[in-house]
Amino acid sequence: MGSQPRQQAGEHDFRQVLQPSPFHARVEEHNLVKNWMSWNGYQTARTYDTLASEYFAIRSSCSVMDMTPMEKYRITGPDALKFLNRLVTRDISGLKPNRVTYVVWCNDDGKVLDDGTIFHLNSGEYRLCSQHHQLDWLLISSLGMDVTIEEETHEVAAISVQGPTACSVLVAAGFTDLSELKPFSISHTLLNGFEVMISRTGYTGDLGYELWVDPGNALALWDAVFGVAQRGLYDVRAIGLGALEMVRIEAGFIMPGDDFNTAEVTVRAGHDRSPFEVGLGWLVNFDKPHFTGKQALLREKNQPIKRRLVKLSVEGNKAPADSFLYDSKKGRRIGTVKVHTWSPILKANLATADIEYRNGVAPAQIWAEIYYQKELEWQATWAQCTVSTEPFWSHPRRLTTPPERY
Amino acid sequence: MTSAIKGPVVIVGGGHNGLVCASYLAMAGRQVQILEARDTIGGGASTTSFAPGYSVSGLAHILHSLNPKVCKDLKLSSAGVSRGAAIDTIALDKGGQHLTLRANAVSGDGLSQSDIDAYTDFKEEFRRYARALEPLLMNKPPRLKDMDRKDKFTLAKLGWSLRFGLGASSMREFLRVGGINIYDVLNEVFDSPLLKGVIAVDAVMGNHMGPRTPTTVLTYLNRLWGESHCPQSIPPGGMGQVTKALAEVAGKAGVSIRTGTKVAQILVEEGRATGVQLESGERIDAGLVISNADAKTTFLDLVGAPQLDAMFAKRIHTTRTEGNVAKLHLAMSALPGIDGLSTEQLGQRLLIAPDMRYVEHAFNHAKYGEYSQQPVLEITIPSIADPSLAPAGHHVMSISASFAPYSLRAGWDKHHTVFADLIIALIEEYAPGFSAGIVARELLTPVDIETQYNITGGHWHHGEMTIDQSFMMRPVHGTAQYDTPISGLFLCGAAAHPGGGVTGVPGHNAAKRILAMGGGL
Ligand SMILES: Cc1cc2nc3c(=O)[nH]c(=O)nc-3n(C[C@H](O)[C@H](O)[C@H](O)COP(=O)(O)OP(=O)(O)OC[C@H]3O[C@@H](n4cnc5c(N)ncnc54)[C@H](O)[C@@H]3O)c2cc1C
Repeated sequence: MGSQPRQQAGEHDFRQVLQPSPFHARVEEHNLVKNWMSWNGYQTARTYDTLASEYFAIRSSCSVMDMTPMEKYRITGPDALKFLNRLVTRDISGLKPNRVTYVVWCNDDGKVLDDGTIFHLNSGEYRLCSQHHQLDWLLISSLGMDVTIEEETHEVAAISVQGPTACSVLVAAGFTDLSELKPFSISHTLLNGFEVMISRTGYTGDLGYELWVDPGNALALWDAVFGVAQRGLYDVRAIGLGALEMVRIEAGFIMPGDDFNTAEVTVRAGHDRSPFEVGLGWLVNFDKPHFTGKQALLREKNQPIKRRLVKLSVEGNKAPADSFLYDSKKGRRIGTVKVHTWSPILKANLATADIEYRNGVAPAQIWAEIYYQKELEWQATWAQCTVSTEPFWSHPRRLTTPPERY
Repeated sequence: MTSAIKGPVVIVGGGHNGLVCASYLAMAGRQVQILEARDTIGGGASTTSFAPGYSVSGLAHILHSLNPKVCKDLKLSSAGVSRGAAIDTIALDKGGQHLTLRANAVSGDGLSQSDIDAYTDFKEEFRRYARALEPLLMNKPPRLKDMDRKDKFTLAKLGWSLRFGLGASSMREFLRVGGINIYDVLNEVFDSPLLKGVIAVDAVMGNHMGPRTPTTVLTYLNRLWGESHCPQSIPPGGMGQVTKALAEVAGKAGVSIRTGTKVAQILVEEGRATGVQLESGERIDAGLVISNADAKTTFLDLVGAPQLDAMFAKRIHTTRTEGNVAKLHLAMSALPGIDGLSTEQLGQRLLIAPDMRYVEHAFNHAKYGEYSQQPVLEITIPSIADPSLAPAGHHVMSISASFAPYSLRAGWDKHHTVFADLIIALIEEYAPGFSAGIVARELLTPVDIETQYNITGGHWHHGEMTIDQSFMMRPVHGTAQYDTPISGLFLCGAAAHPGGGVTGVPGHNAAKRILAMGGGL
């Protein structure tokens, strides 16, 4: 660390509305356009430079994102596994140490509270990452169990290194034996004398890693990765949440709170969503011990599904922002677009939308009514949408071990 | 859920409600077994010997709310249950100007004629309110969302009985007083501080409430509802005689009863109760498990939070179940002498609550985790009517003392003796010299009640009778109609609607509910 003062997250001046992350000194340097936003109260870059350059760093070279603000919880104690398995809908009893899995959890009514990942760190020690603050719910869920739940959002600094050359970059940065690391696996290694936990995980649908360190080593980690670019070996680019939003829609990942209302903040009945309704039915396992929402989900499963979050490709190139969706041109309204992006790599207009099903059946046709501006004049048009059951983007690289080197 | 629930029935707990529920189910042809942790049946309604030769009712000592329908359905009178003679309530006055309260009349030297008249009118009007609530009390509380036909019927009957049973002006008055406190109501109606003090006791006893606590009118109505069809009495042989008779009825109907049998776990498979595991390790399979234990014991200890949805478990966990009443039993070589009371009058229900401020002050201590320095006392000397409870010439005194909070800040270990001494000293003020005759004593704090009677918090009602824990919220929503989130598991005790007291109503309602759900096949 040397002369760098340790940037202690959580101890920042109260007059500073947004909290700096442990990487802030570097993030600020890279952030040419100073386009900031708040992510869980952290000062986070939306874009550093241009959306296009950041997007293409993810898709064709190597991107680095500060993901420290991600909510992190350390789950330990004799009942840690029992606790997690009662929390989430998926059976995680088979999750081995140094493995990661994607999970979703619900309230008593079987409505989604959040999604996230569970990292089995050491035997019986887990980290749960979530989109939204979940400490209350975790504590409520811990009643009657011998488990310790500690929020460690501010105690763990993390970056996400994603893109086709991610492995090559990290090897060049000094990480050895990365090539055998399988998707959803974790390895613990030393870099220049400090500990780094690496997981082969990400939110991009491509090859990528997440690197976890003590906040005191955050800048050293950043410098090691960007040193690769400085030495002229590979292009490495810092990316913000704007570019991430594009690639996660391409990759078919959902974002609770954006793509659908989470149960915790839903006030009006019927506006929360079950895992089945957001396309996460595959994460629900009824053959495991009791989990919160199980009875409600069993009841729902036996009913025809009422609505679904679907992946749409929308014809044309007009952005279907907040578009209403119909079962035919000027027909019956059946839903709305929640998020959308232009996919530069697929040359496609993509969206995630909430669609009504009738008697459990998807509408035969979906049409978007799109409002767009032409030289500041509003125009309206209709675009037919096609449902995709597969992610729009999922490169074989994501799963290949060892990853191709460049 | 409406499909037939087959297989033998196991009832966890042999309190009076477990016995009532068991009898109804057995009479409907079900095979029922009661498993009771204690060595005797009856739970809070039992008779215990606290010193060689001296017996009293363990917790409940006055029968004031036993439901007539239950008595009739179970033919309790032919089972030889004796309620004992109806008794008065006597409000003790240090100066000897005691008041005698009956269902419809009050008398006493110090009373004004206007108080005497007002009492009769007041009781009549309030009993009418209480009776108007009857449709709600004798049925499963209606669910407000997804009502079934029975729920709609109950609400319709309730509306009918309120609107037409009461008439427009009474209805208006009922709506006015229903949500306020007994303190304001009694101040509007009466002058005598002592009269107001003892009526207020009926509104707060057993709960964490003082006369100024909102909704104490409702708790008072609950008490009156019982009184409106069950004159208060002290059963000969103690409350245990009542439950003994109930056990006989149950036995005749085919119920088998095992005492000294503590259930350690309610077994749940695939969200369904399949039986119980005893502390001894023995497993008993069942098609239906019914719990007479309180809700925290049932869900958090016996089922276990991990078997339940998180928020439901949390709701159960946060219900208020800390008891506030201690029980003091005294063995005495002679009857106390209270100035102005005959021996016969000593055998009535004696109350020490000189005025409402006194009661409120007594409660204030409880708010801060202290016991009352001047507690409210309900005293009975059951050996006057039934000499068999004590050796010849000797007597037993049974005292419910409010307020004695479960979570005593200073800890009960150090204050057990102090509190018992304080109660005795208070009685001594009314009955000078009586303490010299005490030969043995036993104090049960709510902590003792919890351990000896297996009631969480030692709470009179298995949980506060506040509006947020009543009706369709009792014990919590999600299990307010006797069924629970675990299919095949039901509640039948005081934790369920309409709450505690020796009434038999939760047991009756639970049995009806189970049978209506097809459990009688
Ligand atoms: C100090 C005090 C004074 C009271 N005075 C009066 C009064 O004068 N008049 C009146 O009407 N009411 C009075 N009450 C209230 C009355 O006693 C109770 O409300 C009533 O007894 C509750 O009956 P129940 O059948 O629902 O539950 P309980 O009588 O509590 O019966 C529950 C039974 O379940 C058993 N059990 C619990 N867990 C297990 C297990 N794991 N395995 C097996 N068995 C188990 C218990 O041992 C118990 O026998 C008083 C209460 C208190 C605390």
